[in-house]
Amino acid sequence: MLDVTKIRADFPILDREVNGKPLVYLDNAATSQTPKHVIDVIVDYYQRLNANIHRGVHTLSQEATDAYEQARLKVQKHFNIAKAHEVILTSGTTHSINLVANGFSSLLGKGDELLVSAMEHHSNIVPWQMLCERTGAILKVIPMNIDGELVMEAFDQLLSERTKLVFCNHVSNALGTINPIKEIIAKAHEVGAAVLVDGAQAAPHIQADLQALDVDFYTISAHKVCGPTGVGMLYGKEAWLKKLPPYQGGGEMIAEVTFDKATYAELPHKFEAGTPNICGGIAFGAALDYMNQIGFDAIATYEHGLLEYATQELLKIGGLKIYGTAVEKTAVISFNIEGIHPYDIGTILDKLGIAVRTGHHCAQPIMDFYQIPGTVRASFSFYNTKEEVDVLVAGVARAKNMLL
Amino acid sequence: MTIEAIQEEIIDEFAMFDDWMQRYEYMIELGKSLPLIETQYKTDDNIIKGCQSRVWVHAELNNGKLVFTADSDAIITKGIIAILIRAFSNQRPQDIIEADTDFIDEIGLKEHLSPTRANGLVSMVKQLKLYAIAYQTQLN
Repeated sequence: MLDVTKIRADFPILDREVNGKPLVYLDNAATSQTPKHVIDVIVDYYQRLNANIHRGVHTLSQEATDAYEQARLKVQKHFNIAKAHEVILTSGTTHSINLVANGFSSLLGKGDELLVSAMEHHSNIVPWQMLCERTGAILKVIPMNIDGELVMEAFDQLLSERTKLVFCNHVSNALGTINPIKEIIAKAHEVGAAVLVDGAQAAPHIQADLQALDVDFYTISAHKVCGPTGVGMLYGKEAWLKKLPPYQGGGEMIAEVTFDKATYAELPHKFEAGTPNICGGIAFGAALDYMNQIGFDAIATYEHGLLEYATQELLKIGGLKIYGTAVEKTAVISFNIEGIHPYDIGTILDKLGIAVRTGHHCAQPIMDFYQIPGTVRASFSFYNTKEEVDVLVAGVARAKNMLL
Repeated sequence: MTIEAIQEEIIDEFAMFDDWMQRYEYMIELGKSLPLIETQYKTDDNIIKGCQSRVWVHAELNNGKLVFTADSDAIITKGIIAILIRAFSNQRPQDIIEADTDFIDEIGLKEHLSPTRANGLVSMVKQLKLYAIAYQTQLN
């Protein structure tokens, strides 16, 4: 069982006040907070270790390189990845997806089809639209039902030998739906299509076994798992990473350069041009250590309890409607109150020290589907408490009284 | 009344409130009482960019004075627009162009609004001034 009092003591920011009230941080799907353990690693890096990595002969450079490569191994282990060089350290999910989308430019042509789920974040839509513009490939949408679950029968029908790529999030950022990615991957593979899964929203809640999933590409951002911003992972199967051309040119990614020609470095460096976010990478590894020490089973059980309690209590408020009622979902509640704009609720909640997100959550197609301008989204983490749920519910009730 | 005098009046009104809640309740009231924009002007062209909620503003010249009407789908935003319209509507374009907007700070709006909202507020003021500039050019 998870000791939330002890855990909260690890997060200095949770002690602060906002607008004179204790902070109730429920915007974890946007970014998670950072434990002292990770902050210490960041401070220690700049106080003791800071140097540019790889190729340096001096001790500092060696030590920084070791720490950075150690972090890659932690990521590899965490996601049960076969080979360390299948872990590309990027600036985050958006960078990871763009890298893959760019790589497919030379591999696709007219008549090829890409399938995208209806509940994607814009960062898993727009790079593919750009790819389609470059190649003449067509983007088709796997629809969802009113509960925010993908319609798998429609997916079956969309799949054909023309399908070259399928992309879908593991967990929806706006609705919390956990998608049946294992089934999606298996079916896509039957027609020879590759699958990219955006794991940004799953990573804080679910420890994905990438070999068991047999996924071709999987992306995450460190700042969703108690790490810093500006660093993340692209996992790609070795065969795919060898096939894709480099994304950016520069230092680090080359083997040899003359003015006639450059030859590219081996994986993973082929995709890691320039000085990486060294400190961020090391802190990313430390963040995974921190979360693993708590344990993802304990996290899932605890967060599920919060989700059930919050759902039950929020639904007691008249006129409140929850969007995203999938059977399988993480601790994310997107809601509106009839007759009130989500932005107004968010503004009042902020005055009460409660941080939620309002708007379309970078998933406008979902809002169009429900024909709403946006939602209020409360997203929970393992460091949130039932008492904070009570503060949220009281805050929403108060906002409703003021605004209606 | 001059823009300056109206702004003073608004500052005095807001000075009566002890806490944020009263201030917001007042803004919500103002929002609810805002005369609505005519439907024909609720077009995409009249939407102010930079606000998370949708805000429409329409301006027309009446006897040398600029009259603003507006609407928003969010009530607090409507309250903010109501305050801006009270300060700037029914004034000569040149006066609107030259008007100071410090009163927004003085009534504690800017500091109490989230950054995106503050951006929205800034966008709204900018849009009102742009209308004034456009109509002033027309008058010249």
